[in-house]
Amino acid sequence: MTNPPNTASPAIRFENVSRYFGEVRAVDNVSLDIVDGEFFTLLGPSGSGKTTCLRMIAGFDHPTAGTIHLHGREVSGLPPYERDVNTVFQDYALFPHMTVGENVGYGLMVKKTPKAEREKRVEDMLELVRLPGLARRKPSQLSGGQRQRVALARALINHPRVLLLDEPLGALDLKLRQQMQIELKAIQQRVGITFIYVTHDQEEALTMSDRLAVFDHGRIQQVGSPAEVYEHPATAFVAGFVGVSNFVDAKVARVILGQPSSDEPQTFTIRPEKIRLAEPDAPVSEGMCSADGRIRDVVYLGMHTRYVVELELGGELTVVEQNLNTTSMGALAARGRRVRLLWSKAHNQTIVVSR
Amino acid sequence: MAPRSSASPWQRLSSFIYLRPWLLLALLLGPPMLWMVVVYLGSLFALLLQSFFSLDDFTGRVVREFTLRTYASLFTAANFDIFWRTTAMAAAVTLAAAILAFPLAYFMARYASPQAKAALYLAVVMPLWSSYLIRVYAWRLILAKEGVLSWFLDLVGLGGVLEWVLRLPEIGGNSLSFSPIGMFLVFLYVWLPYMIIPIQTALERVPRSLLEASSDLGARPGETFRHVILPLAFPGVVAGSIFTFSLTLGDYIIPQVIGNSSFFIGMAVYSHQGTSGNVPLAAAFTVVPIAIMAVYLVMAKRLGAFDAL
Repeated sequence: MTNPPNTASPAIRFENVSRYFGEVRAVDNVSLDIVDGEFFTLLGPSGSGKTTCLRMIAGFDHPTAGTIHLHGREVSGLPPYERDVNTVFQDYALFPHMTVGENVGYGLMVKKTPKAEREKRVEDMLELVRLPGLARRKPSQLSGGQRQRVALARALINHPRVLLLDEPLGALDLKLRQQMQIELKAIQQRVGITFIYVTHDQEEALTMSDRLAVFDHGRIQQVGSPAEVYEHPATAFVAGFVGVSNFVDAKVARVILGQPSSDEPQTFTIRPEKIRLAEPDAPVSEGMCSADGRIRDVVYLGMHTRYVVELELGGELTVVEQNLNTTSMGALAARGRRVRLLWSKAHNQTIVVSR
Repeated sequence: MAPRSSASPWQRLSSFIYLRPWLLLALLLGPPMLWMVVVYLGSLFALLLQSFFSLDDFTGRVVREFTLRTYASLFTAANFDIFWRTTAMAAAVTLAAAILAFPLAYFMARYASPQAKAALYLAVVMPLWSSYLIRVYAWRLILAKEGVLSWFLDLVGLGGVLEWVLRLPEIGGNSLSFSPIGMFLVFLYVWLPYMIIPIQTALERVPRSLLEASSDLGARPGETFRHVILPLAFPGVVAGSIFTFSLTLGDYIIPQVIGNSSFFIGMAVYSHQGTSGNVPLAAAFTVVPIAIMAVYLVMAKRLGAFDAL
């Protein structure tokens, strides 16, 4: 690289980027800055535009409107092979006719790096992803988790400044996925480059990201750290998509909050783990909200139990309690009991009612 | 559950077969195996057997005794001319077919909309619906001295080019329909579909993400073609070339209708078994294309044609 990296400009900048496929607005006027060196996640349900955004950064797709800057350089019209980013594909996209070593060394091969240096760097990369000595195997001889690591090594060997990961753990089983989450994060800290990670798994997003953007219908709903997004969801969609949330109907909310009916109608969400089950006559102290109801459903989940409580005011709230002293028998016997729900007012997330 | 005795005979037959997988296998494979082994391989074996007999020159009858004399009589200069001419034609047709077929197959596999793909597919195989003989004779008219092709070339002012081509030694001739180059064009026409379809099938099996990965890692389109597309499509090219190569090697009609009546392997087989009644020599001639194909496949394997299968 001839000019020194511009530290003042963000790694990635989206300015009013839109991508239409015919009538469908896959990405709708997105503006976003991603800081150099951060682990940034694009989170959203399928069809929310997150993958299209990633593909536009890689250069596989191009914006209908707006511009994309990579480290201060506009790339909107550049082909993938002229961008300093590499991608780990959802299906890994390993070349089936090449060995693992040839796959990992592909980027160096097209750059005409001398063979001896290439082989050394391939071995270093395989070491980094903890697959030493597998260079001679064919991809078809590897397990899913190993292929995933080969894809990662292949994408990192060119020393890109940004690594794009398109749901790379989607095909792995839960145990392996959790292990790879930790490992990916460790590799990111070791190589110190920007990782942009696409996933629909909110737990994955919360575990790994420095910051994340929540997508819905081609638009960004919220950008922030995992804690911010989880604790202060900006929209009803974010509250529902990131974690589980109870929506409290405006009419019920008014009673619970003791609002005079002349006020602007308001609604809020409350996380199930913030609510406590209490005896029907339990006292309500200052700063607490309460609602009375009857337990309609109990789901015993091992680590915790989920209760669905039908409120006397109408509607229902889900409550999650850790199984501190509860046994499965005890939890299941709670069905049909009258309870008072208590929670701190501070945990209420006020949501703008959009009509 | 219903008692067993109430099951209909059909249900009992189904269960009987279901519980005996070997029986199902035998029922499925029996008829095709019978056909393959008895009719197909049997006739091939009979052919090979014939080639080890010889013809008595005086009586004109086949002597049913093992001998290599018939094979020895293959090795004459005139026969080598025939082998060389046929193999060169087959190789030229195969190469030209691959070069012509690849772009079309690539377009069909990667860019064409489903409707366009169906239309192209139809266009490619439609000629196979009409008689091969009719099409070959039609080409004789197209290529004739007064034919539509030379008329068209004169019209656009390329008549001189045609004359120059026809004056070339070895492949030229009186007119296109009486020259090896005309024969080459007709071979190319009749076998091209057999090259397009396998290549298209092979290209269709290459996921788009592989091409994206290649360009993502810094490869320009030409490099992606060389390192990813071509190696993965190569088994399709080889499959197609087996058709074009072997069909050209064995054909005896096109060299009779088009060209300067110099002999090709298929014509030699035809005349030895027909006019001269020398079935052993005809059989020995037939072994030649089989041997050439075997060499061809070994070479294709060396080139890594089957690595990506």
